[in-house]
Amino acid sequence: MATIAMPTPGDKATFRTCPVTALKVDLAAERLIIANAVAAVVFLLIGGLFALLLALTRWQAIHLLPPDWFYRILTGHGFDMLVAWMVFFEVAGLYFGGAVMLNARLVLPKVAWGAFILMAAGAVLVNVIVLLGKADVMFTAYVPLKAHPLFYLGIIFFAVGALIAVILFFATLVTAKREKTYEGSMPLVTYGLVAAAIIAVYTLLSGALAFVPTFFWSMGWIDNVDPGYYRNLFWSFGHPAQQINLAAMVAIWYALAAITVGAVPLNEKLSRSAFILYILFINLGSAHHLLVDPGPGFLWKATNTSYAMYLAVLGSLIHAFSIPGAVEVAQRRKGFTNGLLEWLRKAPWREPGFSALVISMTLFGWIGGVTGVTIGTEQINMTAHNTMRLPGHFHATVVSGTTLAFMGLTYYLIPLIFRKELKLKKWASWQPYVFGFGMLLVSVGMIASGLQGVSRRHWDITFAGAPFKAAVPSTAQLMLGIMGIGAIIAIVGGIMYLTVVLVSVFTGKRQEAHRLTLVMEQKNPLVEDAIAVVGVEVDEAVAPKGTFVIVLAFLMFFVIYYFSNWWLLGRSWMIR
Amino acid sequence: MLAPERIWWKPLHRMEKSWLIVAFSWCVLLTIMMPLWFFYGRQNVPATTFRTTPQKYQQQTTAFIEQYQVDTLNRLPVVAPPPDSDIYLLARQWQWTPVLQLEKGKTYRLHLSSTDVQHGFSLQPVNLNLQVLPGYDYVATITPTQSGEFSIVCNEFCSIGHHLMVGKIIVTE
Ligand code: HEM
Ligand SMILES: [Cu+2]
Ligand SMILES: [Cu+2]
Repeated sequence: MATIAMPTPGDKATFRTCPVTALKVDLAAERLIIANAVAAVVFLLIGGLFALLLALTRWQAIHLLPPDWFYRILTGHGFDMLVAWMVFFEVAGLYFGGAVMLNARLVLPKVAWGAFILMAAGAVLVNVIVLLGKADVMFTAYVPLKAHPLFYLGIIFFAVGALIAVILFFATLVTAKREKTYEGSMPLVTYGLVAAAIIAVYTLLSGALAFVPTFFWSMGWIDNVDPGYYRNLFWSFGHPAQQINLAAMVAIWYALAAITVGAVPLNEKLSRSAFILYILFINLGSAHHLLVDPGPGFLWKATNTSYAMYLAVLGSLIHAFSIPGAVEVAQRRKGFTNGLLEWLRKAPWREPGFSALVISMTLFGWIGGVTGVTIGTEQINMTAHNTMRLPGHFHATVVSGTTLAFMGLTYYLIPLIFRKELKLKKWASWQPYVFGFGMLLVSVGMIASGLQGVSRRHWDITFAGAPFKAAVPSTAQLMLGIMGIGAIIAIVGGIMYLTVVLVSVFTGKRQEAHRLTLVMEQKNPLVEDAIAVVGVEVDEAVAPKGTFVIVLAFLMFFVIYYFSNWWLLGRSWMIR
Repeated sequence: MLAPERIWWKPLHRMEKSWLIVAFSWCVLLTIMMPLWFFYGRQNVPATTFRTTPQKYQQQTTAFIEQYQVDTLNRLPVVAPPPDSDIYLLARQWQWTPVLQLEKGKTYRLHLSSTDVQHGFSLQPVNLNLQVLPGYDYVATITPTQSGEFSIVCNEFCSIGHHLMVGKIIVTE
């Protein structure tokens, strides 16, 4: 039932009108979204295979890979997951939020294809060089460990491609505004993506400052790169890059809440201010990685690590209330007003977008957020730096949180953008639970072994062949085993996701979407539930009381974990 | 999800306001914990750093070993420096030299640097971790509060032999 909309004067783009959302979809943008999303999924597949090998090596009872391959695969896993999977998906997201959601055309689609090819070429180059054993340096590539020049060049290609995509996103926004393709203010989801894109610009520029001199150095054109400054520049790229993931994920949370239960942000002012807090303060977070480095003093470290005054954390705490709050109000408006939590019990738990939202938020906040703030505390970092607590923290944030949110959103893009019927719906319903449960075990296993001193990026905790042994408690071994079991479960969840996506894309019936939801009764909560309440004040019957109790419980947990870490530090040797 | 009306600048709901206040207070508390610990805590991140070079640091360590060596262990020198002195630990692929023998409750100025790539100083099972960079002489004033044998695991990836890099600190009563 696609209709080709009349192009507005002056643009040559071809549009179709989405029958479900009534959005005008630029076909060029649509093809680019598909290409970037497919590339993302391919790297997720490779990185996921690597993940399994790593986890089965660190699980000491299995100890699968030899050391050189462990370090090699670890380098590939870090790059493919954190850089390739995330950024390709985000570029797809930017084109979606910039063009599709605003009924606008994507400017310069040819250039966008150029950016795509540059990114793909860079990512392939990095993988080839790493697998050839020419870059056993981890994705952080701390100087003076040296990799083959093509490794740095691959990263630079990728970053330049991503920067071009971000610039095209901004150009698309400006064009949309000028061509008046939408009314009122920009939607919150796009607004969140703008925040992500602004962060991306200065992130990618720092990346260039770190990698271009390093590339010159690997070519022998300059003598040395200072390891201390390199770390600062690298993390001015690597840390804010995580905040791009964060801002994109939060934007997707708002989208999933809207799609599945028709939630409208309770207060646009509050949610938007929270994004502003991200833009302003999050770049200071690069200090998290330098807290126990020689060089900077207490004042620099404490100010930067706390984002001035934990103001970026405040941004997250705001979303932590406003998203579940919006879900609760939407549910209460449907009549689920009994007690504190009826709205949650009667929620659409079989709808993958909803379960992905809840699991993503829970693991991100309760595990990722709490451990992140704690280990990012200047003094406490001495008990955490480079231990397994680090990968434990970010497998809760960027994996259980962001990756799961991206997965949840993909199920909706298949009918809407790929225009294919979603196959294996039962699998899709179960997938967020399987992946989430596996990742819960992975992150908890990592954190608990790290608390007992186990190092990250380390091949052998039995220290066979080393001059001395460090006694690793048997409980730490047990925790690594739990991590390994969790990894297998999470990989099963990952395979379920890839299967649903690939089977739908390749064998699904080509059809126009006719509903927004996938397994719920309701066809389109966005229209059925949301429209009526825009601008309506929240009255007492529907006030988010349940959410208020949940966030207070969260804060209690946070307080207990945080102070027990100070207690742990207090038992250590004296150091100044 | 959909574009909202132009004016979204509305007052906050009572619960949002309460949460905002609670959350902000927590952020303030998180912030003041660090300076509080800085002034009253016994474990603070060392901040003393000097520029150095691999050659210079190597010489200082060699002189230090010659002066205070008391034994050899697994072909590594064991040194027993007096309290309140400058003690040197050198990191290189894939070894920590020398083995340090310290006294419980006494204070030492521990210098850390590398002569090749980056390494990580991870004192186990105390679980104290510091980054070690070539070209930077990082000085930590430490006081062991337990006696026994402690390992120094390298916890920054330093190429293929990374997991073999384990050193030792012995603390006597
Ligand atoms: C099934 C899912 C996954 C499992 C089981 C898994 C497991 C692991 C393991 C065992 C390590 C090595 C930890 C160490 O020894 O230091 C690791 C490292 C890492 N993982 Fe994952 N991972 C998964 C998914 C992801 C995803 C989706 C991302 C990013 C979006 C990611 C990002 C990273 C990064 C950045 C590192 C650190 C690399 C480094 O230290 O250089 N992982 N992962
Ligand atoms: Cu080392
Ligand atoms: Cu090492």
